[in-house]
Amino acid sequence: MDATTRSRALLLAPALFILTVAASGPLLIVFVYSFLTPGDYGGVVWDFSTQAWFNVIAERDFFTEELGWADAHLAVFWRSIKLSLLTALLSFLVGFPTAYFIATRPRRSRDMWMLLIMIPFWTNLLIRTFAIMELIRNEGTINTVLIAMGLVTAPVQMLYTEFSLLVGMTYVYLPLMILPIYASMERFDFRLVEAGYDLYASRWQVLRRIIFPLVKPGVIAGSILVFVPCLGAYVTPRVLGGGKQIMLGNLIELQFGQLRNWPLGAALSLTLLVIVMVALLIYVRAAGGEEARHG
Amino acid sequence: MARPFEVTRQPGFSAIAIACFVLLYLPIVLLVIYSFNAGESISQWEGFSLRWYASAWENEQIQAATIRSVVIATGASLIATSAAVLAALATTRTAPWRGRTIVFALVNQPLMVPEIVTAVALLIFFSMIKVATGYTGLWYLILAHAAFCIPFAYMPVRARLQGMDLSLEQAGADLYGTPVKVFRHITLPQLWPGILAGAMLAFVISLDDVVITEFVKSAGQDTLPTYMLGQIRRTITPEINAISTALLAVSILLVTAFFFISRTRK
Repeated sequence: MDATTRSRALLLAPALFILTVAASGPLLIVFVYSFLTPGDYGGVVWDFSTQAWFNVIAERDFFTEELGWADAHLAVFWRSIKLSLLTALLSFLVGFPTAYFIATRPRRSRDMWMLLIMIPFWTNLLIRTFAIMELIRNEGTINTVLIAMGLVTAPVQMLYTEFSLLVGMTYVYLPLMILPIYASMERFDFRLVEAGYDLYASRWQVLRRIIFPLVKPGVIAGSILVFVPCLGAYVTPRVLGGGKQIMLGNLIELQFGQLRNWPLGAALSLTLLVIVMVALLIYVRAAGGEEARHG
Repeated sequence: MARPFEVTRQPGFSAIAIACFVLLYLPIVLLVIYSFNAGESISQWEGFSLRWYASAWENEQIQAATIRSVVIATGASLIATSAAVLAALATTRTAPWRGRTIVFALVNQPLMVPEIVTAVALLIFFSMIKVATGYTGLWYLILAHAAFCIPFAYMPVRARLQGMDLSLEQAGADLYGTPVKVFRHITLPQLWPGILAGAMLAFVISLDDVVITEFVKSAGQDTLPTYMLGQIRRTITPEINAISTALLAVSILLVTAFFFISRTRK
């Protein structure tokens, strides 16, 4: 080992130690736990079993021993994926025009607009979720205003619905969509738009044929950045779903809490991890492909 | 002269953007306003009062949770920043070497793996250690926070290092400065804004964490966010808004400072 390699290893040691002990290493234990038998009071019994992985998608009927799909789990998987996709879509519909607006401001004020986007993002996720909850709950601001205006007589139930999760997650993760779209738009050369108009393009054609293709990598990055944390969301569905609209993160927590099935919880966690990794791989490949095409 | 043709205009975009900014801030602003409500409601205004701040200030559970939050965030950000600075020195401004990709993957791992998965992993791992050693103190939380703070501390330091000129350090070495002296008198002073920015970001990230803390904490180790999460099953009073407002103020202050520090050029 030469001197450079040794000093590099020494410099890296503290960070790698912390990350191995408190981030990456324990993931291996999760893998091991997913192949064990649940203990009666939580924890595990050290008997090898593939039951947990089997139970992720299927279950045997308690009385008839008939094999069937684990409908409850599949429903949660489906809700998580559906809501994450919808959140990414809604974030795009709001975030794209907003990023465009910021990118077309004078150079000096752009940073300030971006700061305005980033400030809520760096503030506590729980607090932002609370803020949404106070807005949409039955005694909340929106319902109070609606009733005062005489538009409705009874409060509209918004909290504890899938709608509240969609709104909440969009609110919470929107900056993750705006940031990469803005980053690719900022480098966009608006003389191309001028050229388009010179060739009698309509506003829509300019948007669809010139602007959108060139900022597409930013859109893909933003969609993945929103989709991934939504899929693993725990706080937002817990607060806004109130145990009625649970997502994957809450299902995992249930196995470690009330249901005391740690191996199943471990298997569900790894399933979530695999879905996230697949999404990230798709992103890396898409981004790599874009780069190759544009040289 | 007729109104010039605006090349960059797209119909409806500005309206959506303005609506987006309003909607982004409206819930937070309402939350802050109702923290000053004299009544017990979080949606009906009954006059200005600081009673909820007073009641939060006197609440012993909140006091303990606040102190715990600050202790953990301070410890975790100090550890994470120190480790991140060393790691950044090892990985920046060098020729490619074997294992670099693995190191990058490890450093960024907390950003890619869903928090709930890490939380579950730490729950299992730390409960094993708790059984084996009997120790149930705050160090589990500090270590767990330090780990997910590392990428946030690493990024600004690395960015700063990449923008730095190597020639000053070479000049220092030419003048017989030992590596330690060169680092102390040349590298560190230039690197300082990056380190400060990284530490502040790490502090905010640790202060705000809910999920990992919720799974790792032992009984009676609530931090401010997990205390608040525990309160949602009860009737919500403006007291929660008061704590939220205080936390918001801290985060906004640090993030704005971070923004201006990381924007300063040499």
